[in-house]
Amino acid sequence: MLIFDHSHPGRTAAAQLPAASGSLDDLPAALKRKDAPALPEVSELDVVRHYTRLSQLNFSIDTQFYPLGSCTMKYNPRACNSLAMLPQFLARHPASPDETGQGFLASMFELQEMLKDVTGMAGVSMAPMAGAHGEFAGVAMIRAYHDARGDTARREIIVPDAAHGTNPATATMCGYTVKEIPTDATGSVDLAALKAAVGPHTAGLMLTNPSTLGVFEKTIADIQKIVHDAGGLLYYDGANLNAILGKVRPGDMGFDVIHMNLHKTFSTPHGGGGPGAGPVGVSTRLLPFMPIPLVLNENGFYRLATEADLPQSIGRMSANMGNAGVLMRAYIYARLLGGEGMHRVAEYATLNANYLMAKLREAGFDLAYPSRRASHEFIVTLKKLKDATGVSAMDFAKRLLDYGYHAPTTYFPMLVPECLLIEPTETESRETLDGFVAAMKAIKHEAETTPDLVKGAPYSLPVRRLDDVKAARELDLAYKPAA
Amino acid sequence: MPFIPHTEEDVSAMLGAIGAASIETLFDEIPPALKTGKLKDVPDGLPEMAVARLMQERASADGFWSNFIGAGVYEHHIPAAIWQITTRGEFYTAYTPYQAEASQGTLQLIYEYQTMMTRLTGLDVSNASLYDGASALAEAVLMAVRSHKTSRRVLVPKTVHPIYRRVVNTTVRNQGIELVELDYDAATGQTVLPADPGSFAGLVIPQPNFFGVLEDVHAMADWSHDKGALAIALVNPTTLAVLEAPGKWGGQNNQIVGADIAVGEGQPLGAPMASGGPYFGFMCCRQDFVRQMPGRVVGRTVDLDGKPGFTLTLQAREQHIRRSKATSNICTNQGLVVTAATQYMALLGPQGLAKVASNSHAGTVALAEKLTAIPGVTRAFANPFFHEVVLKLNDNAKDVLRALRAQGILGGLDISGWYPELGQAILVCVTETKTAADLDHYAQHLERILSKRREAPPCAYKS
Repeated sequence: MLIFDHSHPGRTAAAQLPAASGSLDDLPAALKRKDAPALPEVSELDVVRHYTRLSQLNFSIDTQFYPLGSCTMKYNPRACNSLAMLPQFLARHPASPDETGQGFLASMFELQEMLKDVTGMAGVSMAPMAGAHGEFAGVAMIRAYHDARGDTARREIIVPDAAHGTNPATATMCGYTVKEIPTDATGSVDLAALKAAVGPHTAGLMLTNPSTLGVFEKTIADIQKIVHDAGGLLYYDGANLNAILGKVRPGDMGFDVIHMNLHKTFSTPHGGGGPGAGPVGVSTRLLPFMPIPLVLNENGFYRLATEADLPQSIGRMSANMGNAGVLMRAYIYARLLGGEGMHRVAEYATLNANYLMAKLREAGFDLAYPSRRASHEFIVTLKKLKDATGVSAMDFAKRLLDYGYHAPTTYFPMLVPECLLIEPTETESRETLDGFVAAMKAIKHEAETTPDLVKGAPYSLPVRRLDDVKAARELDLAYKPAA
Repeated sequence: MPFIPHTEEDVSAMLGAIGAASIETLFDEIPPALKTGKLKDVPDGLPEMAVARLMQERASADGFWSNFIGAGVYEHHIPAAIWQITTRGEFYTAYTPYQAEASQGTLQLIYEYQTMMTRLTGLDVSNASLYDGASALAEAVLMAVRSHKTSRRVLVPKTVHPIYRRVVNTTVRNQGIELVELDYDAATGQTVLPADPGSFAGLVIPQPNFFGVLEDVHAMADWSHDKGALAIALVNPTTLAVLEAPGKWGGQNNQIVGADIAVGEGQPLGAPMASGGPYFGFMCCRQDFVRQMPGRVVGRTVDLDGKPGFTLTLQAREQHIRRSKATSNICTNQGLVVTAATQYMALLGPQGLAKVASNSHAGTVALAEKLTAIPGVTRAFANPFFHEVVLKLNDNAKDVLRALRAQGILGGLDISGWYPELGQAILVCVTETKTAADLDHYAQHLERILSKRREAPPCAYKS
């Protein structure tokens, strides 16, 4: 039932309406609306009950284990939400003078400094509002750097074939062409191919490390040298930062620019698809190009930097200061964890991943890269199972939902057939992981004995498998009541 | 280890299963020379009680203000139910709804949101939201250029928020797109359409514009369509309760009725101002352009048993499928804020939203009358405004605003730097949250401050 089905003409949530109406008589009639917009006409209880009920149709971290590779679905501490929503913080207009927001700005400045330390970069800007937005800022800075040097022949961005789709899409948005390089049999960047790919047209390389294949690029020092020797810059996609938090710093690996996904590593909520936050960190040579605003500390007075402070900045990315409330949640999380807590994040995320990998291997599952350590995630390939039983990774994922587990990431990275990318995170207990292994074993047994059962899953959710083809062909993107 | 549940026994059992001697062994593929020592700028962790105390102190230091700043972000009442429901774990901690069967709550909510937005804007389709109003405008500009066969120029009036124009520039400048500024009329504050614009792909039409002034949107939409370009509406969702929907703009001189794309800032629909976010950008368009639209879209379909359900659709436009040929690199929406906005629209309904809009308008009119009765305060533009007004001061705007601040009043935004031709000018906003007493309080203090400064001008003025 849609909210529109609850609607009755004339019904209102009366407590929410201003007491009186103001006159609009001074406005030109031609610019005024003739018919009121057909928004729902419902009571407050209708709204509360309808959306509470909708919430109950969702899987979430608070209700289920979410081993979703590359997404770092760890526990989102409640304090981060309640403290970021203190009424004075919520009431502050973003264009208020800096004097009225020293508490807020101090928190932002300290987060900025902590992110510099954690990543080993010379500067951090928290303007970007999501990972892909941070990628855009990063590649735009690479372009601004080359252009400022008159090095305008560099118009090519190199990405490994296993990269997130945002990497090539971002390069295109910055006016670059994309060159893909292959991955070798152990899941590492193919160094010979990289050497052959770089040259005077190379603007930079975008790399995720640990990679999307869940393994650490052991030859990062060589990769760094090849790209820098060719005059290119090195971009770090921070999607997998949780794997190395407090263990290795992208700055120490030689990266020039990095984005972080605070909704992963710093545990801000995913919110059913956002808002995220994608701060960028830069090496010294990119400092002048950082997006604004950043927070400056001038003898204990905090203020937002503007165009006047960074005349070479790539500019602004949002009307205000990015997703400020998300940044507040990340700051509170960082204060709860502290330095020691951050070191342990990567340790326990990696422990959980390697434990889960060992248990699944023991249960007869094939690993994509069996000779490698898992980072904070790893890949299982169901190719043999699919060949033998017809049960695909998608079927397997859907059946896991019936067992009460959110599915791992499926069909990404695309170069591993029938893959499940599994990331348990550090906040899950051994018992939860063991429960997941038991479900995986049970479904494997079902696939081998009653494959149609698995192919028809899920059965216990609000809907069964949906017709995506119909959804795309007979577009129904907004409710229209039958005439 | 605040959120790590492992006991010592767990760790040793797990290492045993892995066959590793220690946790450190698990990092043996990382070259030792790269390993980090202690983080030096991250302080020691604190228990929740101590962090709570710290944050409460900081919040108290920031305090509460009597706010008359708008400029794209508006202080509206937010019903208590909204964020209590929005921060339920099932919404707050859910992932992007890629596994549709496990995400019907979020998906249905977005479908309802999309429906409400099409009804507000009068256009056919809506996406699931973009980052914010400024970035939504940038995406609309890119969309207009993709849809136009030949031109890569887009006309952007100076009456569009100056920071929005900068964000658009940051976003599009590396793609060979030219942004052409259009002047405004000094008397009316409305955009002046140039006699000879040359070829262009789109015209941005702000309603109300940055000055709060109402533009002649019908003439602008028709003019843009006459020239073979798209009409891009930049609108405030609150005002759409009472102002003509972009889907009905123009149509006086030709066949095309309505703007082609409508974008804007969703913050007024239930998002707290919160120093800048998170908010969301909305985008609606005509059916013809749906495949050029960036961002997530939810569609209604059926499941294996024929039961209705919801799923992300048109993913063939998106980066995870199209990679370097995607319509945008965006791979998120502002889901949680859209969750709040959907409830806001449902709670307010057509009557409530219209009351919020008309109260805000009437309050701004009332305040403008009170303030312009003070010597030295005049309106910059003669034409009707919605819930913001530009006032010229015969005194230094920055100093006057600072003096108001000492009384707990944020009296508006100094826009003299952005529009030097206006002299000392402030942009003032009133919403339904302000009472008559609030307006009187502001007017009394402004009058006192201005007269005091006239009688005893600051030193710099004496020379």
